[in-house]
Order: sequence, then C-alpha cells, then structure tokens
Amino acid sequence: MLVSIYRYNPDTDEKPVMQDVEVELPEDKDLMVLDVLALVKQQDSSVVYRRSCREGVCGSDGMNINGTNGLACITPMSTAVKSGGKLVLRPLPGLPVIRDLVVDMSIFYKQYEKIKPYLINDTAPPAIERLQSPEDRAKLDGLYECILCACCSTNCPSFWWNPDKFIGPAGLLQAYRFLADTRDTADNERLSELDDPFSVFRCRGIMNCVAVCPKGLNPTRAIGHIRSMLIEHGT
Amino acid sequence: MTGMRTLTFDAVIVGGGGAGMRAALQLAQSGYNTAVITKVFPTRSHTVSAQGGITCAIASDDPNDDWRWHMYDTVKGSDYIGDQDAIEYMCSEGPQTVFELEHMGLPFSRTEKGRIYQRPFGGQSKDFGKGGQAARTCAAADRTGHALLHTLYQGNLKNNTAFLNEWYATDLVKNQDGAIVGVIAICIETGETVFVKSKATVFATGGAGRIYASTTNALINTGDGVGMALRAGFPVQDIEMWQFHPTGIYGAGTLVTEGCRGEGGYLINKDGERFMERYAPNAKDLAGRDVVARSMVLEILEGRGCGENGDHVMLKLDHLGEEVLNSKLPGILELSRTFAHVDPVKEPIPVVPTCHYMMGGIPTNVNGQALTQNEKGEDAIIPGLFAVGEVACVSVHGANRLGGNSLLDLVVFGRAAGKHIEEMLSQGLEQREASVTDIEQAQNRLARLNESSSGESVSTLRAELQNIMQNHFGVFRRGDFMQDGIQKLSALRERIANVHLDDKSLTFNTARIEALELENLFEVAEATAIAAEGRNESRGAHARDDFRERDDENWLCHSMYFPKGKRVGKRDVNFSPKTVDTFEPQVRSY
Repeated sequence: MLVSIYRYNPDTDEKPVMQDVEVELPEDKDLMVLDVLALVKQQDSSVVYRRSCREGVCGSDGMNINGTNGLACITPMSTAVKSGGKLVLRPLPGLPVIRDLVVDMSIFYKQYEKIKPYLINDTAPPAIERLQSPEDRAKLDGLYECILCACCSTNCPSFWWNPDKFIGPAGLLQAYRFLADTRDTADNERLSELDDPFSVFRCRGIMNCVAVCPKGLNPTRAIGHIRSMLIEHGT
Repeated sequence: MTGMRTLTFDAVIVGGGGAGMRAALQLAQSGYNTAVITKVFPTRSHTVSAQGGITCAIASDDPNDDWRWHMYDTVKGSDYIGDQDAIEYMCSEGPQTVFELEHMGLPFSRTEKGRIYQRPFGGQSKDFGKGGQAARTCAAADRTGHALLHTLYQGNLKNNTAFLNEWYATDLVKNQDGAIVGVIAICIETGETVFVKSKATVFATGGAGRIYASTTNALINTGDGVGMALRAGFPVQDIEMWQFHPTGIYGAGTLVTEGCRGEGGYLINKDGERFMERYAPNAKDLAGRDVVARSMVLEILEGRGCGENGDHVMLKLDHLGEEVLNSKLPGILELSRTFAHVDPVKEPIPVVPTCHYMMGGIPTNVNGQALTQNEKGEDAIIPGLFAVGEVACVSVHGANRLGGNSLLDLVVFGRAAGKHIEEMLSQGLEQREASVTDIEQAQNRLARLNESSSGESVSTLRAELQNIMQNHFGVFRRGDFMQDGIQKLSALRERIANVHLDDKSLTFNTARIEALELENLFEVAEATAIAAEGRNESRGAHARDDFRERDDENWLCHSMYFPKGKRVGKRDVNFSPKTVDTFEPQVRSY
C-alpha cells in the first residue's frame, strides 16, 4: 500500500511536501488508518502524529484522510481508500501546522473556552445531587459526547475565515449543551455573550460539520436551537 | 544553573487524567499556584475510556444502601490485602465526592425520581454479602469516564488552573535531603527542557498496561510515574497485581464494560453454555474480575473456546433488546461494530481477558503522600512527593480491583491529596534548593538519549518487551516460566538502555518521547516480573499454577519491590479502620 503523507518539520524544512511511503499490509485484516501510521513510524520514526486511546473516544488523531476529516483510529482502510488508490494523509485543514500531521489547536480551544464550558448555577447545591428527570437529561444526549477532535470546526469554511470570531461548530455544540441543561441557570448571560454577528451567525448551515463528526453528532441542529433562543432572547 | 529555564509553582501535578485534575481543582480553588503537566491535552487522558461507571453508596437504587457494604465488597474483592483504613476512607467519602461531581455538571443518567442512575457491577452485594446483588455503580450511559474527565477539565477551566499541555515529565529532582523538589520536563512542541520546581509534586500519571502486548489501555499508558519513582530509588508496592479484564474485544483489545453484564448480558462458550454458573453459582457473570477472567481462560484451555482457534468466548447481549442497548450501552454498540464487526443487537461479541489495570504502584497513605521504608522496615514519608490514581497504591484495590472503583479512587484520593497539600502549604512548606548536580542527575538519561548514535529501534524493543510480559506473566503464572521471563527481561535491559533515537529534532519529536516511555515500560515490567516470581501463593489477580492456594500465613501482606538490588520485601496490610470493625480474611467465593 502506498501512503502519501504531508511532511513538514520547521527545524529543517523550508516548505511542506507530500512524501510517499510504501507499507506492507497484512492481507487478511482490515487495519485502521492509525495502525498503518504505526507501521509507517516503524520505518521512519520522524513521522509525527498525535494518538492516545486508539478507540475513538479521546479525539487525538483527527486528520484529513483521503480528503475527509476523521479519526485515524476508527477509520478502516477499506473505507478510507478506494480500491487501487493510495492512502493520503494531511493535517486537519485551516489550523497552523506544527509538524507533519500535528496542528496547533490553540484557537480551537480558545473558542471552546469562550462559551464558558462549565455548569453555572449559583444557588446552593443540595446535600445530595441536583435532581433531573430522565427527559431533561435526554436533552443532553447528542451534545455531551463531543470529544473535541476538531474534525468539524476544521471542515467549516466559516471557521476557516473567522477562527477568531466565529465560535465554530464544536464550541457551539457545547454552548448548547449548557443552554439545554436544566441545572444551568446562566442562559441569559450565555446568550448575551453569543449575541453578535460572528459568534453564532457566521454559520451558514451547510452541515459540513455533521458530515464528518466521528461521533455522529449534529452541531448544525444545536446551532439552530441557539439561533432560536437568541431571537427569543432579543425580543 | 545549567542554562535551563526554571518554572516555579506551589504544587505541580504530573498527569491530566481524573486523579490529577481532581487534585488540581482542589488546589486551584484554594488559590495556590498550581500547574498540571500533561503529555496529552487533558481530555485525551485514559480516564476518558472508562465506561461503566463510578461505584459509590449514594443510595439512589436502594435507599438503604450503606457505604460499609461497599467497603465489605471492596475488602473481599481485594482478597484481603487492600488497606482497610484507605478503603474505609474511599467508601465513606465517596458519596460527597460524587455529589460534588454532579454539582459541577457531570451528566449522569437518571432514574424516574431524578436521581443518579446506578447499575449492578461485579462483586457488589447488599448487607455484607448476605443481601444479594447490589446496583451501586453510578453511570453516565456507558461513557462515564468521558463525562467525568470533561467535567473535571471544565471545572479546572472555571478555576483558572495552569495547564502545561503536551509537556512530558522525564525524571524527579531530588535535593540533598532526599526530598522531591520538582521534575525535569520537556515541552513537546518546542523541545525545550525545563526544571519545574515545586513544593509538592503529585504523580497522577496513570497505569502502564502497555507493558503487555494485549491491553485495553491507551497507547499513552506507559507507567511514567512508576518509572520515575524507581529511577529515583523509591519502592513500588503490589506491582505483581495486574487485572485482566474479562471482556476485551478479541483481536483489538478494546474494552467492553462490565456494565454489559450488569445490565443482564452474559458469557457463553462454544456450546452456548452460560459457563459462569459453574464457576460462581451465586454471582455468576458478576463475580470478581479475576474469577471471571480465570474461568474464561479455563474454558478456552479445556477446548470450549469459540472461533476457528477456539481462543475466545462470547458475550451475549442481544436478549436485552435494542431499546435497552441503545439507551444504556450506546458506546458498546459503536465499539463492537467498529472493532469486532458485530452488531450486539443481533449477535454476541467475541471477547478475551485483556490486561486492564495496575493494582500496584507507588505506596501512599490516605493523604496521597508517597511512602518508602526506613532501615527498620517502617513506613517513611518521602518529602515533597505525592501519588494519586492508578499510579498510586494507597491501597484500596489490593490483589483485585472491583469494577467502578477506579473512578472513585481517582476523585476521592485526588481530592484528599489536594486538601492535604493545601493544608501543608498554608502551614508553610519549604524544601532546600536543588543543586546544579541534583538537576543534572535528573537529566542524565535525556542527555544520553540525545547523544545516541547506534542501537535498536524503539518499536522493535517495545514489541519484544510486550511479548515477554504477555507470555510469561499472564492470567496464570508458574515459577519456572516466570524465571525464564525474568532472564529474558534482564537481557533486554541493556538493549533498551542503548535504544537508538535517530530523530534528534526539537519540534514535536514524538520519537524522543516514545524512547523515554520505553524505559519506563521496562522499569514497570521488570518490577512486575520480580515481584510476581516472589509471591509464592495465589491471591486475587495473581494466580499461580505451582502455588494454587492463598497463603495467609506468609503472604497476607503487601509486596514491596525496591529497585536497589531488585529486592522484594513485605509491608503490613492495614486492618484498622477507624469507625467500623475489621473485616477478617475469609474464604473468597462468589
């Protein structure tokens, strides 16, 4: 199998190149892209990528695989590569490259921090847990599962254009996760902070985020809910 | 000094998983200058992979539940070498700790009454083993670790904890008094090496499952804390005790939560027989993990395994129905479809016992203070060093951890260490400055690695190490086999010491990190091997073919492995809880 990898090391390279590496794959197994990367690194230890859980829950190994953002550890080769083709690995688009497949995620995290991603409830907590009905808890399903892999935000043209001002799908999904939580009492404060032309409204609803989310989440829908809340909040 | 930058903090926590972030939160809330050094962005830590839940007597499922019942189960689960003062502390402080997490926003699943949902897990009982199966594991679907880790990260953001993300601690810095005054750390992004100076250094570096070829553990679980402690000359306790989780996905090693069996799933052999009924007539599939793992291996050895090679068994869930599976075990459906290519709604999941958890580690007291032994063999506190979570051996898990007790261990003892350090700092905690030599000493291995010009590759040596451990120190162990393994390890030591780093660049050099990790893996592996060979009995997860019985006369104690001279000593188990009567050792059956 031919693997074409984006290579760039600021210590030594003037500019990035796509490097082709030949890797021998076992015939009877459908490896994950991350397993193939490990085989590449066995040949050339200078190839750099992030990885941790290798089961799709930590969000370390988001990358662009044959043109589509995804997690290397849960993308099987059979899905990534059409028959006869090669595996093409590039860093997530739209963020500065640190080295090879590793991007600088600072601005992505900054947008996440901006939405105050923590429960705000200034009333004194009870001696036990705060009660919440199963129905109210169900409102958090499809929101809290985000793994911050950045596959969605780096697939979003609005985020490419305004990564400093548009929160992006990942951050907004979490913004709604707290707006939707019946235990959170800061809806007004949260909405006021989102109420500008950029933070939410740069979303054009093209659903690029939904198309690539490795956890099957739907940020566009969450953004729609925030829009409705903002409209109500403004009136 | 050595031309190296020094960063100074009141407390530095090495590791950004559940234990580290709970400790950091405690200290950040009290306003101390605290930093978390973590080799991955905090939410990428292995806590994220915990699925089934956090066990704790919050009396939601059963209003009469009692933390003493949880304590009884934990002591029994530990095969009686868990320290009863520590288990008492964990089980009694647990409810408050879990409520705090809920108040912080953790999205627990709920009961109709609006309380936290609890599911049955292995080794749980009511009324000190007399009242049948309990349901004591608090869950956020089957993503409890993810929910817990993100909630703690969020709590730390709220409290402005300083994070040194993607920094890697290489070694402890010890002053002339033997006190720990910080660590040497590399900023992975720039390659800069820094002395991180601190009045209190807390290890929360997690486990080391990567010493085995087949493990549920993340690739980052390389025993960095144990490696650093051993290199600094400190002992580790009960390091021979490794848990093999009954249900790792066959071939992939990824975890399938015990919660599957808690929700009513069960294991079958090739004849479709629910074989756990034979091995544990009462608890069946919810016996202790060591018991279930051994039963599975026996089924396989006796020719009743499944598949072409008869080398695994099956976990049956389809009878639970699609609705239950979707609401209670959605993550398992995902993992099974991805890694086992089966849909649990229709067919069983192929599973096999897989290395999962390190019960042993750096011995500590309930305040998280790391311990060694003085010349008389008495406990002695190591000034400045703390350990919490999987790297620590406080010891609440003894010879076998109960499912759901690891998340509880993380948050209870992360919090306890944070509180204790807070108190020490408020009373004025000072250590003597480290000298240039002290700091250079801690940089030795980094310097050697950076100068390496020949030698073998990390991946070759690592694979060899993992295979030795897998073949010689697995679910069942035997003296001659282990001695053979120790010989092989001993031959490997020098080769690993000469590991070759061909990429010497600075920016985000993961080859360098992997080489440093390999040395830690080796330290953990060798300590495991020597301690395992030394314990001549079967207890909990340590099952020997040549010593099949538990030997309370000689081994109702902790093992202590000392790196100097590679000596195995003993340490007393605590049998003196403060508020309840001692749980005396009994025959352990489920």
